[in-house]
Amino acid sequence: MTPLLSVQGLTKHYGAHVGCADVAFDLYPGEVMGIVGESGSGKSTLLNCLAGHLTPDAGAVVFDTRAEGPRDTLKMSEPERRMLGRTDWAFVHQHARDGLRMGVSAGGNVGERLMAVGARHYGDIRSQATDWLGRVEIDAGRIDDRPSTFSGGMQQRLQIARNLVTGPRLVFMDEPTGGLDVSVQARLLDLLRGLVRDMGLSAIIVTHDLAVVRLLADRLMVMKSGHVVEAGLTDQVLDDPQHAYTQLLVSSVLQV
Amino acid sequence: MSDYNFAYLDEQTKRMIRRAILKGLAIPGYQVPFASREMPMPYGWGTGGVQVSAAVLTPGDRFKVIDQGADDTTNAVSIRKFFERTTGLETTTSTAQASVIQTRHRIPEAALAEGQVLVYQVPIPEPLRFLEPRESETRKMHELEEYGLMHVKLYEDISRHGHIATSYAYPVKVEARYVMDPSPIPKFDNPKLAECPAIQLFGAGREQRIYALPPYTGVVSLDFEDHPFEASKADHPCGLCGAEDSYLDEVIMDDAGGRMFVCSDTDHCETRQAAGHRGKDAA
Amino acid sequence: MIDLQDVSKTFTLHNQGSAVIEVLGGVTLSVRPGECVALTGASGAGKSTLMRMIYGNYRARSGRILVGGTDLVTAEPREIIAIRRETLGYVSQFLRVVPRVSTLDVVAEPLRALGTAADAAEARARALLAQLNIPERLWSLSPTTFSGGEQQRVNIARGFAHPYPALLLDEPTASLDAANRAVVLGLIEQAKARGAAIIGIFHDEAARAQVCDREIDVGRFTPGRAA
Repeated sequence: MTPLLSVQGLTKHYGAHVGCADVAFDLYPGEVMGIVGESGSGKSTLLNCLAGHLTPDAGAVVFDTRAEGPRDTLKMSEPERRMLGRTDWAFVHQHARDGLRMGVSAGGNVGERLMAVGARHYGDIRSQATDWLGRVEIDAGRIDDRPSTFSGGMQQRLQIARNLVTGPRLVFMDEPTGGLDVSVQARLLDLLRGLVRDMGLSAIIVTHDLAVVRLLADRLMVMKSGHVVEAGLTDQVLDDPQHAYTQLLVSSVLQV
Repeated sequence: MSDYNFAYLDEQTKRMIRRAILKGLAIPGYQVPFASREMPMPYGWGTGGVQVSAAVLTPGDRFKVIDQGADDTTNAVSIRKFFERTTGLETTTSTAQASVIQTRHRIPEAALAEGQVLVYQVPIPEPLRFLEPRESETRKMHELEEYGLMHVKLYEDISRHGHIATSYAYPVKVEARYVMDPSPIPKFDNPKLAECPAIQLFGAGREQRIYALPPYTGVVSLDFEDHPFEASKADHPCGLCGAEDSYLDEVIMDDAGGRMFVCSDTDHCETRQAAGHRGKDAA
Repeated sequence: MIDLQDVSKTFTLHNQGSAVIEVLGGVTLSVRPGECVALTGASGAGKSTLMRMIYGNYRARSGRILVGGTDLVTAEPREIIAIRRETLGYVSQFLRVVPRVSTLDVVAEPLRALGTAADAAEARARALLAQLNIPERLWSLSPTTFSGGEQQRVNIARGFAHPYPALLLDEPTASLDAANRAVVLGLIEQAKARGAAIIGIFHDEAARAQVCDREIDVGRFTPGRAA
């Protein structure tokens, strides 16, 4: 089986400071991988390098494209990479307002990606937007309201709908449940799990919340000071951590 | 020396502007940056159009200026006088006889011909501006032809009003490549942009951009398959000349709700009246 | 079906003076389809540890753990996930679920993950919950608020939703009343009859006697005590 994403030797320096160093992994279709580590461990740098938001100093990010098979996205032209960013890839930001157009209605937010890939039938766009609002549990009656009138959890669900409407194959998520109430988090996690399963999505989720990765991720990478210190099956890494840092991380979680 | 240089601007500046115009003509719909000069009038009064006119006017030209279609409004009169004084050229109000026409917010009703130049005053050249505030990002969107956002605006129109309510500055796509703001002309005028025999030049003074449509350029107004573009106007004939097919201004007559509709293009209306056409409100 | 060869396990506690605890060594055992084997031994002998290793939850230090022909010690995460999805079921003592998900969905999930249609998966979940005497009014609620015995039965229903060829059962009858205990033992016997290879931990000796074909004393794998 061809990996959907194959990363080799990915390295990013900020001057003398290491952002992430020599990261390598293969992600297969349908797999959800979590990246955990404390603030400053390089997990967001890694995610942004993978998603093409930052240019790494070295390495390869090979994506199995629909048309031409595996290609190094770092060597793609910018139009190709941006096209990937609005078709097969999606990026869910921690803060919904970074991923939404706050001055555009909920329907327009969901419809934008469709229009960006050439949809030109208003009725079709609207019915797809309505369908997706339903799938992320937003009342269809809110379709013409602006996201600024939505609660934090609704904004985050709208951002997810906006990202998934074009049926991407790989979703990058940066702390998708950060900043939300615990009750809202649970609902969002359940929603994400269902969507990942039903759409066969692959996902890379950056978070510092170990409970989130236990519920969402099949496998886990633990980062410290820009390096991957441990990787493996999520429950194995959390229940039988091998590296000193992972043991510290797991034992530091407060039990409720 | 007491006289102004021909058409106010010095020759080096005119060369610079002409280069921008030529580049604009070579890449229809693409916004060319240029070093806009301070003009003896405030921004918003047509400084971009005036600079473009100054760069294209040559001895022997016949110049016409319209503001919302009229030759006799303050803005039109001031700009006409400005060029009369700085060029000594003959001016006219006749669309057919003018070789260069500077316009604010209208395209004349009379069909333009080869050899004519139409200069538009543009307040905001960037059609994506109110959707994406970052200039760096809008340039990239033009570069990569990422125009989905433009349709988001039309989508928002339909979702809010049931139809595309944008009635002026209606975005167009030029030669299936660049999305362009046609300046705030009514969308009634949009079809006249396409396949026009005259050269069309657009100047934005404050924003320092020039763009252009060479003769016979394909220009398509953006729309949805199920909400096609419609060039709309008030559903009345002109009160003075009786024209059924011209763009109309609504004129309030009294405090009792009395009103009349007249051609916004004064030259068109007067030409028709001189030919004997009469509307219901004609004296 | 389940085949362990010379498996050992140590825990290294890096944050407690790098203490190395040797838990198991030289574990070799084999379970055939249709066979149920009980792990016995004193508390702390490593019964649960061994079971977690067979599930891929704990990492073995050495040896081979073959389930349906795949070695879990060297398998990629996705291979272990595939085995857990299709081949190897696990009924643990603890229920770990997303808080607001309904009991029906929790039980149906293993089938949904295998691509079973939503209605067919739900029908199977309903049948199991009814069989295990979970009152129907609770089915739409999240099991997180249930009593210990109810949670355990939900866990069992989940573990038996798909006919796994191999099953691991950690104290499946521990906090059940006589009627439900009988239901669970019945489920185990049915699974054996269809050819499942089962490894279980049962403190309940009568249950062990009823369903298990043989016993393995994990105590004999304790390092230093091994023959």
